[in-house]
Amino acid sequence: MDRIPILKFGHFLLVTIQVDMYDRLALNLENDLVNAVSKHEARGVLIDISAVSIVDSFMGRIIGNIATMSRIMDAETVVVGMQPAVAITLVELGLPLAGVHTALNVEKGMALLQEKIGLNAHSDAARAEEDDDDQPE
Amino acid sequence: MASKTSDILNKRKKLVLETWINNQLQDPTLREDLMTNQELHGQSEELLDSFNQAIRSGNYTDIDSQEYYPVLDILNSLSVTRAHAGFSPRETATFVLSLKRAIVEVLQQELAQDQALLISEILKISDLLDSLSISTLEAFIKGREEVILRQTNEINEISTPVIRVWEGILALPIIGTLDSERTQIIMENLLQEIVNTSSNIAILDISGVPTVDTLVAQHLIKTVSAARLMGAECIISGIRPEIAQTIVHLGIDLLGVQTKASLAAALQTAFSRQQLSVVKAKAKP
Repeated sequence: MDRIPILKFGHFLLVTIQVDMYDRLALNLENDLVNAVSKHEARGVLIDISAVSIVDSFMGRIIGNIATMSRIMDAETVVVGMQPAVAITLVELGLPLAGVHTALNVEKGMALLQEKIGLNAHSDAARAEEDDDDQPE
Repeated sequence: MASKTSDILNKRKKLVLETWINNQLQDPTLREDLMTNQELHGQSEELLDSFNQAIRSGNYTDIDSQEYYPVLDILNSLSVTRAHAGFSPRETATFVLSLKRAIVEVLQQELAQDQALLISEILKISDLLDSLSISTLEAFIKGREEVILRQTNEINEISTPVIRVWEGILALPIIGTLDSERTQIIMENLLQEIVNTSSNIAILDISGVPTVDTLVAQHLIKTVSAARLMGAECIISGIRPEIAQTIVHLGIDLLGVQTKASLAAALQTAFSRQQLSVVKAKAKP
C-alpha cells in the first residue's frame, strides 16, 4: 500500500507530499500522521505540499482535519509551499483552511513553527510582542 | 425590364451622385469634423459604382448573393471605420438611406410618363436599400463591440498592478468595481507575485473601489484567504467612512481580516510586522 513518509526532525514531524494525492493515500496519511504525533510526542507538524498541483474538496478537508487533530494533540501544524492555483481552488471550494498556519516555503514554515513552539514553551515577553502570523479564527 | 433602374442609374450616374452627396451634406447630423468632403465623395462614388454593378444582374431581393459581395464589403469596412472613428449609428445609417432619396428623385424625373413602372421600381429599390442599411448597421454595431471588447481587456490588464513596496511587502491598489473576473485576475497576479518575491505581507488598498457591497466584500475575503493559504498576511487599507458604514449596515463580517484606514497606516503595521522601523535621519552638523 502506498504511504507518504513522515520524517522526525527534532520536535517536529516533516511530511513532504511529492505526488498528486488520491483519497486512499490521503486517508493513510491522516492515520499515520496522528499516530506519529502521538508516538514521537511531536510539538509541530510541517506539511510541504509544493509538489501538489491538484486538490479537490476531499483533499482540502483532509488537510484541515490533520491540522485540527494535531492541534488537539498539542502540535502546531504549518502547511507550506501551496501553489497559487491550489490556493485559488481551495478558496473557491469554500475551504479557506481556517485555523491552519501557512507559510510560503519550508524555511519560513520552520521559522514559524520554532517561534510558535518557543512561545508555548517559555512565554518570552519580548517575542510575544511580535506575535507573527497569528491569524484570528 | 428588371434592369431599367440600372440603365437609368448608368445614364444619370453623375446626377444621382450629386443629389446623394447634396442630401448627405444637407443632413444636419453630418460630421464634417470627422470626415472631409473629398472622402465622402470618394466613398459615395465607390459605393454607387458597385451598387450599380450589382443591380445590373436584375437581382433586387437577395443581398446574400454573389453580385452584392462588393457592395457589402464596402459597406462593412465603411461602417467599421466609422464605428472606430466615433460616428453615431444615425449618421452611418443616413449614409445609405440618403441614397434612396437620390435614386427616387432621379427615377421620378426619368419615368414620369410611366407611373406604374415608376412605383414598382421605387418599391424594389427601396426594399433593397433597406436591407443594405440593416446590414450596414449590423456591421457598425459589430465594430463598436470590438472597440468595447478591446477596451475591457485593456482595463483588465492595466488596472491590477502588484507593487513591491519593500522587501517582503506587496501593495495592491484596487481601482474600480471588483467583479468575479477581475477578482480572479487580481488573485492570480497577487499569488504569483507572493511566490516571486517571497513576501509575507500584502496590502490591499481599496481607496479606488467606489462601493463595497456583499459581493465585492466576498471577493475581497476570497483574495485574503487565498493569500493566507500561501503564507502571506493581508491588510486591507483605504477604507473610507462611507464604506465602513456600508460594510456594517450590510452585516459583512470583516473581523477575520486586518483593516486600516489608510495605506500609510497599513504600511506602518507591515513594517512593524517585519521588525523594521522608519526613523528620521539625523540632521548634519
